[in-house]
Amino acid sequence: VCAAVLLKDMKLMDVKLGQLPSWVAMRDFTPGGIVGAMRRGYDRYYNKYINVKKGGLAGLSMVLAGYVVVSYIWSYSHI
Amino acid sequence: VLHATRPLHTTQQCLAPVPPLPEKGGEVRHGLIPEEFFQFLYPKTGVTGPYMLGTGLLLYLLSKEIYVINHETVASFCILSVIIYAVKKYGADVAAFADKLNEEKVAKALAVKNEAIKDLETAIEQEKKEQWRVEGRSYLFDAKRNNIAMLLEANYRERLLTVYSEVKKRLDYQVAMQNLKRRKEQDHMIQWVENSVVQSITPQQQKESIAKCILDLKALSKSVQAAV
Repeated sequence: VCAAVLLKDMKLMDVKLGQLPSWVAMRDFTPGGIVGAMRRGYDRYYNKYINVKKGGLAGLSMVLAGYVVVSYIWSYSHI
Repeated sequence: VLHATRPLHTTQQCLAPVPPLPEKGGEVRHGLIPEEFFQFLYPKTGVTGPYMLGTGLLLYLLSKEIYVINHETVASFCILSVIIYAVKKYGADVAAFADKLNEEKVAKALAVKNEAIKDLETAIEQEKKEQWRVEGRSYLFDAKRNNIAMLLEANYRERLLTVYSEVKKRLDYQVAMQNLKRRKEQDHMIQWVENSVVQSITPQQQKESIAKCILDLKALSKSVQAAV
């Protein structure tokens, strides 16, 4: 007997492609939820790439590359 | 006042000791793409999959002019090449320097911790010594008791001596008084007797006694001469 995990508690990588819209709809979109999600994302990235004994350039360069891509996307219409 | 309605320490979580930091961060290839992406694509496309994806994506962006080549491209190309060259050349040195700084911080913290531990250990030893000293209490009190007993004894004997000497002084005084009185009486009596005798000696008696003395002396001298 396998214990079925609720859809809203499943992680994103375990969600099947057909269930994706319903999974997204079930997420917490209150301001507190959004802030919580951002905080969790930040904590994950920080603890994986920056808060280590021997961190490298990669932790910082990924953030900068993301910034470059986002600013290119935002200024694409002006090119 | 502790409100006992809130349960304490219900979870297994324990914040101390703090788990140590991981040694290295997540693996990142070429400084930009995390290793997990490559692992994600490996089962389906093998080793070259992500690179093919990257090349295809790049050509698509270029051909559809989603990425426009203009003066900024040239500038970014030059800047990136300089940055990459600097990182490749001096990266190791900067990393070593940062590691040294970290080492110093950690060493200082460790030193503080060791200091604290040492201080506490010395405190423990001193406490044990104090406990050992407590066992000697009985000897200390015996010595003190002896001291006090000796003091009391000495004081008692001093006072005894005082009493004795005082009583002796008074008795001596009485004895001296009696002696003095008797002597005075004696002297007075002798004086009186002498005076009366001298007064009673008449001139006639004096001559008679002197003549008798001379006769006695002559008799004595005769007997002495015979003895010699």
